[in-house]
Amino acid sequence: MSKPKSKAKLNRSTIRRVLALIRPYTGSVILTLTLAAITVFTTLLAPVISGKAVDLIIGPGQVDFAGLAKLAVAMAATILCTAVSQWLMNVVNNRITFQVVRDMRVKAFEQLEILPLKYMDAHRPGDAISRITTDVEQFSDGLLMGFTQLFTGVLTILGTLGVMLHIDWRIALVVVALTPLSIFVARFIATHTYSMFKVQSETRAEMTSLVEELVGNEHLVRAFGYESRAEARFERVNLDLQKCGVRAVFFSSLTNPCTRFVNSLVYAAVGVLGAFAAIAGSLTVGELSVFLNYANQYTKPFNDISDVMTELQNALACAQRVFDLIDETPIVPDAPDATVLPMGAGSVEFEHVKFRYAPDIPLIEDMNLRVWPGQRIALVGPTGCGKTTLVNLLMRFYEINGGCLKVDGHPIDHVTRDSLRANLGMVLQETWLKSGTIAENIAYGKPDATREEIVEAAKRARAHSFICRLPNGYDTVVAEDGGNISQGQRQLLCIARVMLRRPPILILDEATSSIDTRTEVLVQDAFEELMKGRTSFIVAHRLSTIKNADQILVMKAGNIIERGTHDELLAKGGFYAQLYESQFAKA
Amino acid sequence: MHKLLRYIKGYEKQALLAPLFKMLEACFELFVPLVVASIIDTGIKNADTVFIWQRCALLVLLAVIGLTCSLTAQYFSAQAALGFGTALRKDLFRHINTLSYSELDGIGTPTLVTRMTSDINQVQNGVNLTLRLLLRSPFIVIGALIMAFTISARLTLLFLAATAIISLIIWLIMRATVPIYHQAQNGLDRVTLLTRENYVGARVVRAFARQADETAAFIETNDHLKSIQVRAGRISALMNPLTYLVVNLTVIALLLLGGREVDTGTLTQGEVIALINYMSQILVNLLRLADLVISVTRALASGMRVNEILNTQTSMADPATRTLPTDSGSDAVCFQNVTFTYRGAGGPSLTDVSFTAHSGETIGVIGGTGSGKTTLIDLVARFYDAQEGTVQLFGHNVKEYGFAQLRELVGIVPQQAMLFTGTIRDNMRWAAPYATDEQIWEALEIAQAADFVRSKPGMLDEPVETAGRNFSGGQRQRLTIARALVPKPKILILDDSASALDFATDAALRKALKDKTTGMTVFIVSQRAASVQRADHILVLDDGLLVGDAPHAELLKNCSVYKEICLSQLSKEEVEKTL
Repeated sequence: MSKPKSKAKLNRSTIRRVLALIRPYTGSVILTLTLAAITVFTTLLAPVISGKAVDLIIGPGQVDFAGLAKLAVAMAATILCTAVSQWLMNVVNNRITFQVVRDMRVKAFEQLEILPLKYMDAHRPGDAISRITTDVEQFSDGLLMGFTQLFTGVLTILGTLGVMLHIDWRIALVVVALTPLSIFVARFIATHTYSMFKVQSETRAEMTSLVEELVGNEHLVRAFGYESRAEARFERVNLDLQKCGVRAVFFSSLTNPCTRFVNSLVYAAVGVLGAFAAIAGSLTVGELSVFLNYANQYTKPFNDISDVMTELQNALACAQRVFDLIDETPIVPDAPDATVLPMGAGSVEFEHVKFRYAPDIPLIEDMNLRVWPGQRIALVGPTGCGKTTLVNLLMRFYEINGGCLKVDGHPIDHVTRDSLRANLGMVLQETWLKSGTIAENIAYGKPDATREEIVEAAKRARAHSFICRLPNGYDTVVAEDGGNISQGQRQLLCIARVMLRRPPILILDEATSSIDTRTEVLVQDAFEELMKGRTSFIVAHRLSTIKNADQILVMKAGNIIERGTHDELLAKGGFYAQLYESQFAKA
Repeated sequence: MHKLLRYIKGYEKQALLAPLFKMLEACFELFVPLVVASIIDTGIKNADTVFIWQRCALLVLLAVIGLTCSLTAQYFSAQAALGFGTALRKDLFRHINTLSYSELDGIGTPTLVTRMTSDINQVQNGVNLTLRLLLRSPFIVIGALIMAFTISARLTLLFLAATAIISLIIWLIMRATVPIYHQAQNGLDRVTLLTRENYVGARVVRAFARQADETAAFIETNDHLKSIQVRAGRISALMNPLTYLVVNLTVIALLLLGGREVDTGTLTQGEVIALINYMSQILVNLLRLADLVISVTRALASGMRVNEILNTQTSMADPATRTLPTDSGSDAVCFQNVTFTYRGAGGPSLTDVSFTAHSGETIGVIGGTGSGKTTLIDLVARFYDAQEGTVQLFGHNVKEYGFAQLRELVGIVPQQAMLFTGTIRDNMRWAAPYATDEQIWEALEIAQAADFVRSKPGMLDEPVETAGRNFSGGQRQRLTIARALVPKPKILILDDSASALDFATDAALRKALKDKTTGMTVFIVSQRAASVQRADHILVLDDGLLVGDAPHAELLKNCSVYKEICLSQLSKEEVEKTL
C-alpha cells in the first residue's frame, strides 16, 4: 500500500492529482469563477443600495420619493443579476463535479479489470467497492462544497472588508479585529471535542461489532441460551456509549452558539461606534445599517470556510483512497511480441515450476507434469492442499516464480492472456453468474451466440429442462443473490457457459456438498458430456470420478506427493490408500 | 411513532426544558432589531450618548442571556437524546433476544443489525435535532412576523406574502427533487452492483476475456447516474437564488411602502431597518427549516423501522417451568406424526414424520437439499413448533421444558462454523459459562481439536478474531463441535458439520464420539453417505417425507431413495464393500 508520507505532503500530491482531474474542464472552471465574482459583487452591492435608500427616508416630510424609485430600480437590477449568476454558477459547479466524479469512477473501474488476482484475493471486495462508491461520493460532496463555498467565501470576506473600509475605516478595523475571535472559539472547541469524538466513535465501533456478532448470529445466541450474557455485555457498551456520547454531542454543539455570541458582540460594538459616528456626522444612518448588515454576515463566510476546510480534508482523504486503488500495480501486460495461441489439441506441461504466494513460505518448489491431449487428471487431497493453486497458474491468474508452464508447446507467458484463456474452460465451485438473463449468462463467453446455439449448449449441459420451467425461460433474470436458482442449477449454467465455447482444456471443480442428489446426477452427466475428447483437470471429491481418471495427483500442502492411477496408488499403500480406507473401512 | 416516545422516560424534564430554553434564546434574538431601531430613532436622533451606551449594554446582555439559554438547551437536549437512544437500544436488543426462529427468519438478521445500529443512531440524532432546532426556526419565523406586526400591521401583509412564497418555493423544489434523488440512489446501487460483480467474478470475467465489455457497461451505467445527478442539481440549484430574489424584492417593497409611511409619520427610519432585519431572519430560518425537515424525515423513517421490530411479538414464549426429570432409560427423542410448515411457505417442509431415538443411539439423517433435514433437527431443539403432531424428549413434550433446561439438554453444531471474538476459552464456554479447563480440554480431545489448540502459543487463551477468521475452515468446525460438547448434552446434533474435514479426521471424530460419549444420543446430518452409514439407524428424508428409518444395510435393500443417494456418490463395488 502507500508508503507513509507526511500528511501535508500527501495532501499536496493528492491536490495536484485532483487538479489534474479537473484540468479538462478548465473552461467551465473559469466560467464558474467569473460567475462567483459577479455573484459576490452584486450580493455586496445590494445592502449598499438599500442603505442609501434608508438615508432617503429620514422622517415625516423628509422622504425623497424620486431618489427612492431610482434606487429601487437599481436594486432590482442588482438582485436579479445575483440570482441569475448564482443559479448559473450552481449549475456549472454541479456539472464539473459530477463529470470529475464520473471520470474518477471510470478510472478506478478500469483499474479493477487489470488488478492482479493476487491483490483481489488478499483484499475484501467491500474495500474496493466502498472506494469506488462511497469514497467517490464523499469526494464529490467535498469538491462541490469547495467549489461553491470556498471561492465565494474568500471573495465575500475581501469584498465586505473593502466596502467597510470605504465607508468608515475605524469601524471596519474594529470588525476585522474582533471577527477572528469567532474563528478562535470555533477552533478551540473543535480541538477540544476531537478527543471526545474519537472516544465516541471508538465506542460506537465497539458496539457495532458486538451487535454484528451477536445479533448477526441471533440463531446461535438462541441455540446456546446466551441471551442474558449477551444483554449484559451489550448493556456495558451501551452505557459507555451514553456517557461519552452526551459529552461529545454537547461539546460539539457549542460551536454555533459560541460563534453566534462573538458575532453578537461584534454587532453591539458596531452599533455603538456607528451610532457615535452618526452623531458626529461622519456616517449616515443608511451606512450604519449597511455596517450592521455586514457585521451580521461577515462571520458567516469565516465559519463556512472552516467547515469547507474540514470537508475538503475529508474529501482529499477519500480521493487518496481512490488514488491508492488506481495506483496499485496492475498485472504485467502481455509481452509486446506475444502471439495468439491457436485453439490447439490441449497438451499441458509443467517444467520445474516454482510458485509461492508469499515469498517466504515455500509452496510449489519443483513441479513437473506432462499431460497429453484428451487425458483426464484428477486432483485429490484435503482442503487447502493447493488444488486451486494449479487452476490459478494454468489460467495465468497468478504468475509462476520459476520454471516453465506450456500449453500446446507454447510457454504461457509468450502468448496473449486472452488467447490462452480461450483454450481453457473453467467451472468452479463458487458459481459466479452475472446479473442479467439466463441467456446472457450462457452466452457470456460468446456474446454473439444465437439463441439456437445457447439452447443447444444448455441442452448438452442438462440445464435446458429446468430453464424451461422458469417463469420466463431463457429470459429469466438471475437475481443477485441467486435466490431463484439453486446452487446445483447455477453450476449447470456455468457448464453451459463453457459448453458454448468448446475449449480444448477444461478445469473443473466438483461440488463437495450443497447440491441435492437429483441435480448432482445431472451435473455429473453434464461434466461427462463436457469432458468428451478434451484434456481435463478435475478437482475431485467423488471416488467414481477419481477412479476414471488417467492420472491422479494426490496433493498435500501444495505439493504433489503421489501420482498414478487408482489401482497403482492403492497398491502403493500411501496417503491415497489411507484416504480411501478411511472412507470405506468399517469402524 | 408515539410508542417510541416512552423511551424518553427518566429524561422528560430535559426533553421539555431543552426546547423551552431554545425558545427563550430565540426571543432574545428577536429583540435585537428593536433595540437597534431605538438606537437609531432615539439615540442618534437626540445625540443621546448615555442612551446609546445603555442600549449597547442591553445588546451585550441579550447576547449573554442568549448564550446561557442556548448552552443550557444543548446540554439538556444531549442528555435527553442520548438517554432516549440508550434506553431504546437496550430495549430493542432485549426484544430481539426474545424473538423465535420464525420471526428471525422473517426479518433477517442483517436487517436487525442495521436497525440496532444506524437506524437507532438516526433516531437519536433526530431527537437531538428536534429538541434543539426544529422548534427554534418556526418560532423565530412566527416571532419575526409578530414583531413586524407590532411595528407596522399593514407592512406585515408583505411579510406574510413573502413567507408564503418562500415556503412554497422550498416545498416545490423539495418535491421535485426527491424522486430524482431516489433515482440517483438506484443508479448508485447499480454502480455498486457492477463493481461487486466484477470484483467477485474477476476470474470468470477474465477467463472469458470480457473486461472491455464490462468496462463499457460500467461507463454506460455511470454516465446515466451522472445525468440524473446533474438533473437533480439543476433543480436544487434554484433554491438559493429564488429565495434570495423573493426576500430582496420584499426589501425593495418595504423601502418603497415604508418610505411612504415614514413620510406620513406612521413609521420611523429605525423601524424600517428593523423590518428589513426581520425579513432576513425569516429567510435564514426557513432555509434552515428545510434542511431540518429532510433530516427529521430520515429519522422518522428509521424510527418506523425500529418500531416495526418492537411490534413483532415472539411466537414462542419461555414456559419457564420447573426442571423436568430426564430419565436416561426413556426414549431420548420421539416424533409422533409431526408436520411442519415454515411461516409463509407454500407447503409443509416435514409431513407426518414419526420416529424414535433411544438414549445413547447414533442417528444418521440424510437427504438432498431441501428435503427437510435441518427442519427435523430444529424441531428437536424446539427452534420451531410443529403445527401438527408432538415432539417428545425423554418422555416430556418439548413445549413443557424451560428454555434453559432445553438448551442444556440439546447441544447443536450448526452448518456454518461460526466462532465469536474473544479467546478459545470464551468460545468454549458459550453453552457452559462455568466450565473448567479440564472439561474444555476433554471436549477438544473428542472434537479432534486438542492438537492444534495445544500448538497455539496461547492455548485456551489464544485470541479468536471476528467470525474465527484466524482459524481454517476445518479447525473452526472442530471448535464448534467441541463448543457443543463442553456441557455434555444428552442429545448432540451435528448438522452437516464435518463437511470441511478430510476423510481421515472425519472418521477419527466419529470414532471418538462413539467411544467417549456413552449415553449421549447423537444426530449426524449429512449429504455424504459415508458419514452416516455406520449410524445405528438412518433417517432418510425425501421432500419432507420420512422414506426410510433403518440401519445402512437394510436401507440399501429396501429404500430406493437411499440407494440412489449412495450410488450417486460411490460406485457399485464400493457400495457393496460397505456392507
